[in-house]
Amino acid sequence: MPVMTYAEAIRDALSVALAQDPSVIVYGLGAPDPKGVFGTTLDLHKEHGSRRVFDMPTSENAMTGIGIGAALGGLRPVLTHQRLDFALLSLDQIINNAAKWRFMFGGQRSVPFTIRMILGRGWGQGPTHSQNLQALFAHIPGLCVVMPTTPDDAKGLLLTSIFGEDPVIFLEHRWLHNLSGETPQGDHRIPLGKARMMRSGGHVTVVAMSIMSIEAAHAVDHLAAQGISCDLIDLRSIRPMDWPMIEESVRRTGRLLVLDSGHETGGVAGEIVAHVATKCWGDLRAAPRRLAMPDVPEATSPALTKDYHVRAEHVAEAIAALAGREAEFASLADARKYPHDVPGDWFKGPF
Amino acid sequence: MVHSMSPELSRRLLRDMIRIRAVEETIAARYGEQKMRCPTHLSIGQEAPAAAAGAALARTDLAVSGHRAHAHYLGKGGDLNAMIAEISGKVTGCARGRGGSMHLIDESVGFMGSTAIVGGTVPVGVGLALSGSLLERNDIVCIFIGDAVMETGVFFESANFAAVHKLPIIFLCENNLYSVYSPLDVRQPQGRSLAGVAAAVGLHATAGDGNDVCASYDLIAAAAARARAGEGPQFVELATYRWREHCGPMYDNNIGYRSEAEFESWKERDPIKLFTHVLQAGDIIDQAWLDAATREITQEIDAAFAFAEASPFPDPSEAYADLYSKEVMACL
Ligand SMILES: Cc1ncc(C[n+]2csc(CCOP(=O)(O)OP(=O)(O)O)c2C)c(N)n1
Ligand SMILES: [Mg+2]
Repeated sequence: MPVMTYAEAIRDALSVALAQDPSVIVYGLGAPDPKGVFGTTLDLHKEHGSRRVFDMPTSENAMTGIGIGAALGGLRPVLTHQRLDFALLSLDQIINNAAKWRFMFGGQRSVPFTIRMILGRGWGQGPTHSQNLQALFAHIPGLCVVMPTTPDDAKGLLLTSIFGEDPVIFLEHRWLHNLSGETPQGDHRIPLGKARMMRSGGHVTVVAMSIMSIEAAHAVDHLAAQGISCDLIDLRSIRPMDWPMIEESVRRTGRLLVLDSGHETGGVAGEIVAHVATKCWGDLRAAPRRLAMPDVPEATSPALTKDYHVRAEHVAEAIAALAGREAEFASLADARKYPHDVPGDWFKGPF
Repeated sequence: MVHSMSPELSRRLLRDMIRIRAVEETIAARYGEQKMRCPTHLSIGQEAPAAAAGAALARTDLAVSGHRAHAHYLGKGGDLNAMIAEISGKVTGCARGRGGSMHLIDESVGFMGSTAIVGGTVPVGVGLALSGSLLERNDIVCIFIGDAVMETGVFFESANFAAVHKLPIIFLCENNLYSVYSPLDVRQPQGRSLAGVAAAVGLHATAGDGNDVCASYDLIAAAAARARAGEGPQFVELATYRWREHCGPMYDNNIGYRSEAEFESWKERDPIKLFTHVLQAGDIIDQAWLDAATREITQEIDAAFAFAEASPFPDPSEAYADLYSKEVMACL
């Protein structure tokens, strides 16, 4: 199986979709530009033509409605936003039209529309270039919300989103774009609504998504060496949510830690804790915990983001506390040889 | 009013206007029964643009509209039974009772949907045109808008994109001078024309008398021909006037946002009365034709209300259906 980065896997999925079905179109600010949205759309217009892969005016709301109309008219559009924050101008079309069209017109026609939004953290992205607002979209009946963690999942979930019949908010974390992994070739699909058990173990159930699943994997592996074992559930899709996998795991472990890359209040983690508390109350052996972003916007200066994000060491500390065990976790932070505000040495900005 | 169209087309336009008016008047008359339980925006006084558009567009052309859509839907050929049933919340409604008066749809005649957010279907119409252009269909798209849509950002965004891509669209703007109770002069600079703004964005823009059904038809048909010939997006502004309250069945000239004199001056220029005179003067119709048309239309409307009345409500489980594809529904 070829090894690809997450960004290459996204590009590969788009290329497969464009090649396979002439009704697929790909557009967004800068989609055909020389940078190709962090490489994810690079040169697709050269392979598939500039009628099907095109740039757009800075008109996020209309371009979303245009995608909806195009989908109603028989196309399978993929719209890309370089930042989730820009897509906030399109909430009217996403919430009032895309999410509701099928329902409010009696199920006559669905809106097969994939809206990619890139979210992130660190490196001065600051208050309006880094927001993780998955909870906002997951609140809306009629939307699917997908947050892949690995290149394999990014490709498989993107192809399923494009060829499915529903509007999908497809959230890519900027810090994952350079992550490499084995990725199947060709038309590879992963169903929505199915989480993935990234690690198995009996002491604690850890539920995470996107970048938080990577932080969690570091923590879980670190603790496994110390005799604390965890189920690590990578959600992959936030709506629909794989409740059966979460419930089954919590029934075995009795202990739940939920990680969320979004803010704590009104977030996905709170929803999962509430669900487990109501469905698995008798199985719980400890109060569930969640680690999410603080309820303040992210600041720009590196001096202000130092302790803002949840990192592997915080996850390990919380797991150990839930398990009622002593554990060493400080070395997780020491192992990172690069500044706290970048995903690795490869990231030098400027965006 | 110079009249040079065929007798068939003339009679069709008049009959369609009379039919739209009669449907709306019946809704108004029966609204108090509390069986039509949703906000309802009537088009009485504004029948000409809808009838003209319905005749100027091909059946395969597409249309979208907003909150005041009854006339547009009927003009385009939308099913009357399904509309009355929809307003009545019945499962036989065009949206199975999920949408009501402000969410009309009849895809079989190209009426692709109306929604309740001002400007909300404007980009949807542009996207339909984009799909037609990429999939090499030869339909054009008519986007019905009111004067207030010219104040929304999404109109400008959509029109700009349509102009860049030379899409086959008619933005059909009924300027009835008001948005709810707010007159144009508190919303837009005085003296600036809607068509002028549209032209500046890159639309081919024309304007005319929206109470003159012939003039309306000529403007829309010319715009349709240009759009179909690949000349890009068109804008047609038609001046007209809503007779009744913004939303609901009553008159509201007494509450003070517009004058009785203004209303009377527009009523003088009733589009149906004007065109009836022209056709009678030209011997294209006579009283017998009018009586027959009225009789047939009344029967049709009575049948539509009886159909809605006799139709069942949707099963309560329908409140939860059709949210996603069956693949995703299976995961919920
Ligand atoms: C985005 C939005 N803002 C406000 C409203 C409330 N509203 C409903 S109809 C209407 C007036 C629209 O005026 P116009 O487009 O001129 O159409 P008309 O009612 O005159 O036919 C308004 C403001 C709405 N439905 N959507
Ligand atoms: Mg108006």
